[in-house]
Formats: sequence, C-alpha cells, structure tokens
Amino acid sequence: MGITFRKETFRDDFTFKNSPEHIRRFPFPFHEDSYMYAVNIEPHVLGPKGSVLENLIDVDEHYVAEMQDRALVLAEDPLRCQSLPHMTLAGWDLLELLMEQQAVGYPEHFTLSRDGDKWRWINRPLGIDDSFTFGDVSTLPYGPMEYITRQSQGDFCILDQRDGNLWMDAGMVTTQADWSLDFDIGMNFFEWHAPVPLAHEKGIFTRALKFLTNIQQGKPARRLNWTMTINPRLDTSPENYHKWGPDRATVTPENVGDKVHLRVELQSFWRLPRSNGIVFPIRCYLIKMDELVTQPKWARRLHRVIRDLPDELANYKGLTRYRRTLVEWLSKLDDGSPTSPGFGPD
Amino acid sequence: MAAKSIISRPVYGTLSPQPGKHHLFVADAEGALAITDLAAKAPDGFFADAHIIFIPGNDSKHVAALEALKPAQFYQGPSFASALPRLKQTLANAHMGLHLYLAGTEGLIGQAMQAALEAGIDHTSIQTEHRGSLARRIQCVHCKGITENVTTQPATCSHCGLLLLVRDHYSRRLAAFQGVCINAEDRSEIPPTEEIFR
Amino acid sequence: MSTGTTKLDVVVSDVVPVNELVTRFHFRRRDGQLLPTFSGGAHVVVEMRDGERTRLNPYSLMGSPLDTREYTISVRRDDVGRGGSLFMHRHVRPGMEMVISYPVNLFSLDLRARKHLMLAGGIGITPFMAQTAQLAAEGGNFELHYTCRTASLGTYADVLKDRYDRRVRLYHDDRDERIELDRLLSSQPLGTHLYVCGPSGMIGWVRDRAAALGWPTETVHFEHFAAPQPGAPFDVTLAVSGKTIRVGEQQSLLEAIEAAGVDPPYLCRGGVCGQCETNVIAHDGKFIHNDHWLSEEEHRCGKKIMPCVSRFEGRSLVLER
Repeated sequence: MGITFRKETFRDDFTFKNSPEHIRRFPFPFHEDSYMYAVNIEPHVLGPKGSVLENLIDVDEHYVAEMQDRALVLAEDPLRCQSLPHMTLAGWDLLELLMEQQAVGYPEHFTLSRDGDKWRWINRPLGIDDSFTFGDVSTLPYGPMEYITRQSQGDFCILDQRDGNLWMDAGMVTTQADWSLDFDIGMNFFEWHAPVPLAHEKGIFTRALKFLTNIQQGKPARRLNWTMTINPRLDTSPENYHKWGPDRATVTPENVGDKVHLRVELQSFWRLPRSNGIVFPIRCYLIKMDELVTQPKWARRLHRVIRDLPDELANYKGLTRYRRTLVEWLSKLDDGSPTSPGFGPD
Repeated sequence: MAAKSIISRPVYGTLSPQPGKHHLFVADAEGALAITDLAAKAPDGFFADAHIIFIPGNDSKHVAALEALKPAQFYQGPSFASALPRLKQTLANAHMGLHLYLAGTEGLIGQAMQAALEAGIDHTSIQTEHRGSLARRIQCVHCKGITENVTTQPATCSHCGLLLLVRDHYSRRLAAFQGVCINAEDRSEIPPTEEIFR
Repeated sequence: MSTGTTKLDVVVSDVVPVNELVTRFHFRRRDGQLLPTFSGGAHVVVEMRDGERTRLNPYSLMGSPLDTREYTISVRRDDVGRGGSLFMHRHVRPGMEMVISYPVNLFSLDLRARKHLMLAGGIGITPFMAQTAQLAAEGGNFELHYTCRTASLGTYADVLKDRYDRRVRLYHDDRDERIELDRLLSSQPLGTHLYVCGPSGMIGWVRDRAAALGWPTETVHFEHFAAPQPGAPFDVTLAVSGKTIRVGEQQSLLEAIEAAGVDPPYLCRGGVCGQCETNVIAHDGKFIHNDHWLSEEEHRCGKKIMPCVSRFEGRSLVLER
C-alpha cells in the first residue's frame, strides 16, 4: 500500500497540513507539565507500529513536499549544504546508512541493490533510478552527502571526532531552527552550542559530549528538542530571518490555531563505520495548534509548559512576541484537570 | 569587553616561548609589544630562526624594537592583505615543529589564523595575544558580506544595509563575528547605537 | 545508560601461524552475513571461554576495511602474561564458535592530515595494516617506519614492502638499524599527523621527541593498550551491589567484578577509553595504577580507579559498584 504523499507547500500559500493519522503519531515532546533542559538522551530503538519510531529513519506523508522545498532552498542558497574536504568518506557512510534504512523501512518506495561496489538506488516517490560505484564521487550527480540528503527528510550534521571533541565539519541544513551551518561549520561541540542559554552552566553539554563521543556502531541514540514556528515554514534560517521574522508580529487571538506551530526535532546520533564520525540527523515535525489541540491532554499540557517557561528560554526560542496571545488561547482549553504521565495522547 | 560572554567568543592568552626551532610571528600595531614581552622571557638564540611579519599601521614606532630582536627574517607591510601572500608562502614551505604566534587586533589574529588553518595547522597549537583595538570583523548572516572595523552595537552591514546585532558568536573559519538583523520582526524598531568595541 | 558494544557471533574460519611468535586468526559471521564495516585503527574484544574463566582481550583489526567478509587479528604469544594469548595460540582452532564485540576505534586516523606518518614497533604493526589499506584505497599520503627485532620477527614486513614499496621503511634491531627520529620529525610538511603503536618505551620516546621538536599534541596519536598485570590477590567491597570479592593473582579487578555478576561498562579493557572508571569510596593501602586514562593528579588523590588494568595492595578497598 505505502504512503500517500501530500502535495503541499512550506512557503508562500502554506498549504501544509497533517492528516488525522499523522496528528496521532506526532512526537509530542513533553512528558510532564513543565520543561527544562536535561540530558534526555536514550537508545534509538524501534518504537510502536504507527509511531514516528516505527522505523529508525522515518519517512512520512510530507516526504515529497519537503524534498521539493529543500531543492528550492538550495537553488537560492547553496551554502546550506557544505562539507569540509576531509568529510567525503563520512558522506559515503551517510549515503549507505540512509539508503539501507529507507530501503528496509519502505521497500515499496525505495530499493537498494549492491554487488560489491556497484550499487543501484531506486527512489520511486522522486522518480530516481541511479547506478553508481560506491566510493567514486564521479559516478553521482552530487557529492555523496548532498546526493542522499536531497532524498531524506530532516537536516543532517556530520561530526568528525578528534581530540575528545566533536567537530561540525559537514552538513545539509535547510530546515533549521535558527542556526547557520555556513557560520558554524568547523566549530566544536561547545562552540556551536555557545548561544544556547542556561545549559552550559548546568553542565549539560559536557555530559552530552561524553555520551556522544562514546556512541558505538550499531547502537544509535536519540533525543527530542522543540521550538515554535509561525506558519508551517521549514526554512527558518538566520539567513532569511529578515524575511520570516515579521511573521512573529502577525499572531492574533483569531489566527493562533492556524498560524502557530509546535516544531519538534527528533535528533538521533549514529556512529559512522568508515570515517569513525557521528551523524546527527535532525528530523523536524510541524503541527499547527488547531491540529494539536484535537488531543485534549496535549492542549492542557502545552498551555502549562508555555505559561511557566523561564523567560530566557522563551526568548531563545523566539516566543516572546506572541507568547501571551498563545497562552491566553491555550488557557481556554485547559480546565485544570490533571494530565497523565508520558508523551502520548490519552 | 562584555561582562558575560559565550564559549565561541575567542579567548586570547599571553605569548610565551614554545619548544622547537622555528618561530613565525604575525603582528600588527601594539601587537609588537606582545612580541617584545615574550622576548624578555625567551632563551638565548630564540630569534635566530624566527620570522616576524609586522603591519605597523599609522606610525612605525615599534619597528625598531622588533628589528632589535634580530630575527632571521623581518618584514613590514602596509596592510594584512599585502602581507598575506608572504604568509601563505611561508606556511606552504614550513615543516612540522613550526610555531605560530599572533598578536594585535582581533581582525589580524583572526585572519592570520584563517590562513594557518588552511595550511593545516590546528588552531589549538597557535599562540595568540590580543593588543590594541577591540574593533570587530562581522559577517552579515543574511548577505554573507564582511564588514571590517565595527565599533558599534548595533552596526550597519556595509553590503546590504541591514541593521545588525553584533553577537559574541565567532567563526574561526570566517575569522568573523556573527551579525544578525536586530529588527527583523519589526523594521520600525530602531534601537540606539552605542560605540562599544573600541 | 550503558554504552557497551553489541556482540557478534562468529566462527573461526582460519588460523595461520605467521612466525615463531605470531599467529593470525580469521573470523566470519556464523549467519554468513557480512561483518560490520570498520575504520582503520579499530579493535574488537574477543571473548575466550577458558574453563571457568572468561577472558576478554582487545585486538586490533588488521584486514582491509574494504573487505568485511571476514575480520582478521594477529596475536603475539606472551609466555609470561595472564594467559589470553596462550589460550588463543593453544586452543583456538578453525571451526570454533566465538563471540567478539562490534568494532570500536580509539586510534582513529585524523582525516584532515596532509600526510600520515606512522611508526610501528613489533606487534604494534597490526592497526597500521588496516590504516594503510584504507589510505591506499583513497589515495591518501602515508609513510610507515617499522622496527622489529629480526627480519624473521618482522611480522607482515614483506607484505607491506610488497604493497607499498618505498612508503615502508624497515629497521632491524639485530642489524643495529635505528629510526633517525629527530631528522624524520623535523622534515615533515605542515599538516602531518604522527601515529605510534608499539612497546611503551617506544611510545614514550616518540612522544617526548615530538614535543621537544615542537609538534602540537593534537597531531601526535598513540595506541597503547596496557595488558592487565598479574599481582598479589586482594579483597574488594562493592558498596552498591553489597558484595565482597577477591581478585585473583591472574585476574583483573574488572574481571573479578564481572565474575561477581556486576557489569560495569567497558570498551577497550586496556586503560584507554575511560568507560569502566570507578569511584573509590574508602581505602587503606596503595593503588597500582596502570591506565592511560586518569590524570596524574587523579592517580595521586586515590578517588578513582580503572579496574580493567589497575590493582590494589593493602588492607581494604571499597568501590562504588
């Protein structure tokens, strides 16, 4: 049967929507009624059927539209995809990982055949059928990282591991929550996280780095992160902040439900076998408030989380300008009754 | 300097003599004083195989003091850009064991380090000491243009004209601080301009 | 959360004596599938069921990372060690089923290097077998200097010479051939990275000379798995699990903890990776630290121990395990 891919946009007329099944599988990130940073890393193992963890690399109904949006971003700004010269081998590692995972998870849409280093990749949703030599960049239309990440949902950062640190030395970043690959490429783990408030003081990054540098092959890990976005816009890059920033001033009590989106990142971490690097896919899920509040538990909990968020965090996540309007809107859906523990809807 | 900064903001040290025979110095203006201070702590013969590239700026008052150290090679040039081909050539022919010392303005340190990184030197093995002006090199995150010698907060991008918040977030690869539009959400908000990077 | 590795069920597909001290072992997957891809410098931990005892020893993978039909390791027989290498030499035969860990790399190439300068001593050649194969396939720039006692003990010297010709230089102790280290280190182009694997004396010598000649520490890479040393038996109290155990003469502290049913995380079992770092709650006696993980300060202050390689002499030791 396979997935029915939606025709939709993440810019201009913003026709993005989630189907009812997709609302239920949304990775709601709050397991309790408040939020603070924590080293919330856990093993990236398969989850229940019908959840975003049914496969370790998730493909969903937005796949084709997201890939079209990525192509538009790259045409406008090729600096969103960069790889320092020593990262080509890691790019091949990533190509292997994503082809294998997508082919195993969605055989009706993707097929990978391998005969030694002669590979054939069929991507039916995007109409691609390419034969190439694994390890030979001249046999692909792009470098290996760019080739496969033009066909995979989410942003991808490839980290080189050396001197006990992780270095952001390659990436495909077109759906980012306000950070610039072009500026951050080449930085180490602490440097690229430098602008994040509060977490350094809590020692979060020191502990997270220790964990990440010890990630073993065959044992990926994951965590959830979140922010909010006005309009279902994937490309909220700092590069275009002057273009999307004004959206934040357009939130009114009447349009909260349609305009304000919870944006959840499912970040996973995988050891790459040939390069000994780490790849860090950042898979972005969007849900508009009207969709989210169809689950009463999520509505009550999100109200409490946003209401009680420390100001520094609200500011860092860019919520300040519309926070009051949002909290007021959500408060009408919160009768004060308790919420059950855990992420899922009741 | 801002009282509270962030981890990507470069931290500069004090130059100190390193082991090995080959020492390459790049400095501008008051950066010369960091070299003469180092010389006071250096063992005999330290400069016998040293190379100093110096951009004196408006006057040449430190030139004599550096020449007095009797380095194997001494060069003075009118600007960093004019010294860059020489620096690149020196690095291309250098061997492991060469030590690099950078002293002076942040712009000079950043750009010389950028050339060194491209030549294969790891940034952690470079000695730096900040002297003189705190003026910043800014990359506009929107148009990617670099604006030199920024002293104000906010600052205007010399390429696209957006009003930029000058952040402490710094890229060694670009040798620049990040500038992000300060009034993107409402262009009519114009915060006062202060001169803070002197 | 545990960060240990996944296990692989393998069968010994070949056992090949290489010279009077070294034997090579080949492993394939029992299910016939390909083994996981690895990077040059990676090791696996081999589980040896030796009667009542389980030994877990790390060995570098020495095959080409491009061929994952089988893994190969080379084991040098150590007649005075704790018996792991003797077990491999005496008991492991083709067809035997064994369990090994997923590959882990704690001696990775720095792929930014303009040139890779490799120095090997004796059996320390094994990680370089894989690294040179990896680099050669990518057109990488490397040079290998290999010292051995005699030509007949120059494990794989002929293979390497054959494959890489002038990129390999051999030095034989019995012919008084020595690496001209200072000259070698002073003539390397900027952007060179140095890798050394061999006896601890050699590693120390190379690191010292590199530092004196101005090589930044980030450019000097070394792998030295300390083998756990035998020693006098001692008693340990494990405070968290409420057990008291005795560490035998030929047993490491980590092995004794595991034998009591407590499983601290580990990766290298050689004092390098830091995984099994254990807090000391109380002690009356003296530590014998053999690891390369804790700082000198940490060794002095007696609050931490690496149970994979370090021991204790004295009246009592209480660990947070």
